[in-house]
Amino acid sequence: MFSFIRTAASGPLARRLMGATAGLALSLSAISGASAQDTIKVGILHSLSGTMAISETTLKDVMLMLIDEQNKKGGLLGKKLEAVVVDPASNWPLFAEKARELISKDKVSVVFGCWTSVSRKSVLPVFKELDSILFYPVQYEGEESERNVFYTGAAPNQQAIPAVDYLMSKDGGSVKRWVLAGTDYVYPRTTNKILEAYLKAKGVKEEDIMINYTPFGHSDWQTIVSDIKKFGSAGKKTAVVSTINGDANVPFYKELANQGLKATDIPVVAFSVGEEELAGLDTKPLVGHLAAWNYFESIKNPANAAFIKSWKEFTKNPKRTTNDPMEAHYIGFNMWVKAVEKAKSVEPDKVIAALPGIETPNLTGGTSKMLANHHITKPVFVGEIRGDGQFDVVWKSKGLVSGDAWSDFLPGSKDLEADWVTLKCGNYNKVAKKCGGQAS
Amino acid sequence: MPPPDFLLRYFRKVLAGACAMICTRLTLTRWLFGLLAAYVAAAALLIAMPHARAQSLDAALAHFTEDSFDDTDQGIQAVVASGSPRASAIIQALSDGRLAYDGDKKKIYIKTDAQVLDAETGQPVTPAPDNLDTVRLNNRLRQAVAAALGGLTLMSPDRAARLSAAQAVFKSRDEKVLPVVEAALAKEADAGIKTILAQTRAAILLGSDEATEPQKVEAVAAIAARGDQDALRILNDISADAPPAVTKAAQSAIKSIQNQLALWSAVQNAWYGLSLGSVLLLAAIGLAITFGVMGVINMAHGEMVMIGAYVTFAVQEMIRAYNPGLFDYSLAIALPLAFLVSALVGILIERTVIRFLYGRPLETLLATWGISLILQQAVRSLFGPTNREVGNPSWMSGAFELGGITITYNRLWIVVFTIAVFVALLGMLRFTRLGLEVRAVTQNRAMAASMGIRTARIDALTFGLGSGIAGIAGVALSQIDNVSPNLGQGYIIDSFMVVVFGGVGNLWGTLVGALTLGIANKFLEPYAGAVLAKIAILVFIILFIQKKPRGMFALKGRAVEA
Repeated sequence: MFSFIRTAASGPLARRLMGATAGLALSLSAISGASAQDTIKVGILHSLSGTMAISETTLKDVMLMLIDEQNKKGGLLGKKLEAVVVDPASNWPLFAEKARELISKDKVSVVFGCWTSVSRKSVLPVFKELDSILFYPVQYEGEESERNVFYTGAAPNQQAIPAVDYLMSKDGGSVKRWVLAGTDYVYPRTTNKILEAYLKAKGVKEEDIMINYTPFGHSDWQTIVSDIKKFGSAGKKTAVVSTINGDANVPFYKELANQGLKATDIPVVAFSVGEEELAGLDTKPLVGHLAAWNYFESIKNPANAAFIKSWKEFTKNPKRTTNDPMEAHYIGFNMWVKAVEKAKSVEPDKVIAALPGIETPNLTGGTSKMLANHHITKPVFVGEIRGDGQFDVVWKSKGLVSGDAWSDFLPGSKDLEADWVTLKCGNYNKVAKKCGGQAS
Repeated sequence: MPPPDFLLRYFRKVLAGACAMICTRLTLTRWLFGLLAAYVAAAALLIAMPHARAQSLDAALAHFTEDSFDDTDQGIQAVVASGSPRASAIIQALSDGRLAYDGDKKKIYIKTDAQVLDAETGQPVTPAPDNLDTVRLNNRLRQAVAAALGGLTLMSPDRAARLSAAQAVFKSRDEKVLPVVEAALAKEADAGIKTILAQTRAAILLGSDEATEPQKVEAVAAIAARGDQDALRILNDISADAPPAVTKAAQSAIKSIQNQLALWSAVQNAWYGLSLGSVLLLAAIGLAITFGVMGVINMAHGEMVMIGAYVTFAVQEMIRAYNPGLFDYSLAIALPLAFLVSALVGILIERTVIRFLYGRPLETLLATWGISLILQQAVRSLFGPTNREVGNPSWMSGAFELGGITITYNRLWIVVFTIAVFVALLGMLRFTRLGLEVRAVTQNRAMAASMGIRTARIDALTFGLGSGIAGIAGVALSQIDNVSPNLGQGYIIDSFMVVVFGGVGNLWGTLVGALTLGIANKFLEPYAGAVLAKIAILVFIILFIQKKPRGMFALKGRAVEA
């Protein structure tokens, strides 16, 4: 309860303390910077402390592993890669400070980082101003395309919409009534806005959609779970579309299990619950609840098996799981390497120009391509939670789905197009025929 | 199809009867010849019968080797239709995820803990085949499996199996099982199961096109008698073009159920409020000691809760590794350990940091905030940043229905536990020597010191006590929340809120404060949503503190200034 006060009240104090650690990190990286002249530096901007550390630490580790492997293969352009790790400590303004430090002090050639949309929004102006490259690996709400950012996570049409389509199908249970439950911030709100418009376009009535928001870290789900039960007793098949974020999921699923809400009665499809989040749960009562991602650890193919093997060896922990944003970094890193090789330079302008059109294999047996709108093509999978905390793929898209920066289901956004190759514009208005059209 | 040994017995009986009648009249040779012919016929049947059944079961099982949900669905129906005695074992294995197939040999096996059985014969297969894939299910199939299993076990001699079978067929409302349900209904002796079966029959009739109007009206009454959300779902599901008498009966039944449920929902809100209030109380009660009684603003209080939760995790890990049988006692074992560990950490903090800062609230606040960050990061480095799994012992899992509300065991036990902790703490402060000394020191430090009480020791012990209680709160909270390094942060502001609202220095105030906030929150939540409910509560507290700065139950006189 009342957790927002804590951030409000302690903000300045926290920042002061963070400032001290930042200074320490800064001096450390300066020392390492001086010693290695002939390396290409790769910035890693993921929270290693604070609320988001739970998800982002893994991404830092996977980047270190990828860089390590690339160096074993002989580096890039004849130089070794060097990772520069900073800790923005789940503090959104600190993300911008750290990004600036990475680009202007450490002179990194590229940055892999951010998780929450608010952290990405906070670093955007920095990347624009200093003209560098950010690879963003997490599924997000779309409605954005920046010249300096490459989005390797899923846009809503690569995750949310296919998942809803699956639930409407016969195999998904022909769902007619929808609960859109999310944490109260930009990603769930925008995604739910898109989904609501989509569902209505599919003929779902207003009274068959229930939208519910909860604060970050919500832990008392009794009322909401019983509301969902009540909503589901209206005679039509009901499903929950969950954009509930990280930490709040464990108590949510525990309450679902304890109140006996089974997946066969009311399935829950989640967009932010992966192998990592399930690690803190006994998943036996949750079997059959769903998640939509572009990657699952349980997908069988040689590339994935090799990736999992080297991940377990790298972390020296046979129990570490892999997840979707890790695959996004894998794809993003390989695309960047290819683009640098193609441009024969790490200069941001050249690499940005070289990236669209680059193709690299993903871990699910296909080949992902960087598109002109700086999003990538990915397959979509719907998985069911198994008793062992892994997912069983029950549906997959036919072929790859192209990431769509601007949703076709929102008024104002459907006229926009992002194209950095021919139009050189992230928000070209097709009706007004000019760049800079605003989404409502 | 009757089993072959039964057939054999039947033939023998006929033969014996025939013998008794005929033997005397026919010659021995004729009789022997007859006997031979009968045996040949019986033997032929014996050979042919299992073969015919095996074929149909075999064909049914073949569907499972395709790894396609549609095929598996056909397989389930075919296995049920085969009427084989193996059917229920096969469907049960499928439901448990123990049914496996060998894609190359097109064979189906049932995996058990120790061995692999041939699904068709039930005989163990040696050597156990490797590279088996489990037959996969999705939600649609899981429902079909539950319905099939329900139909197969409705006549089971075991009461619990029949009960869960009845519940499963009630949920599936599959028209195909109607004859089975009616047969089971005629045989069933247990009143509870009989009611469910009757309701199942009614639910199936309501959805059926063949049922007559009076049958349907009767069915509405039977369903309405349930009076719960399942009944509501079925009644709402009646199509609009049903006969007017049926829809009318359904409408009035829906209305009365809704009225009933509205009443229950008030009870439910009260219970949820009580449950949230007890969680708040549990988190705040340790703080009521350190902040309320000692006046130390301890921002690291939440981390004491977190340490308690991690102690629970560590205890459960040990139990999982060394003695899984003790798992149901893991919380009881964790309680004293969590108290000790958190109390020791608390005493350490008090002796090394806080005692130099008495009377300087701002510095204490800053220092303890720093300590909280250090503790969080220490736990993060030690246990990793991800959530750790703390399991619910069996007696804390699940829920039971009380009238129209669902009460989950973990919440119920937390309410009980909170009351126990509160009473124990109250008793300790009131009746023990330490309690007396604590009260003496907090009321008048100088006087207590001149009476020979070592105030420094009491300070450390009081702080340890408050921290220890936060630790055992962590054991309870690990059952409903994440066990991650951030666990404590979620509770610290709530705890301060409760203590300040209830009145500093007063345990009863903390109790009333926690319950008031919990219940108010839960009554607001259905109308305002979770986010607005919290804001509303917050605004209320701000206004309240303006009016009564010392909270609801302010201590009068010198006590607070001490």
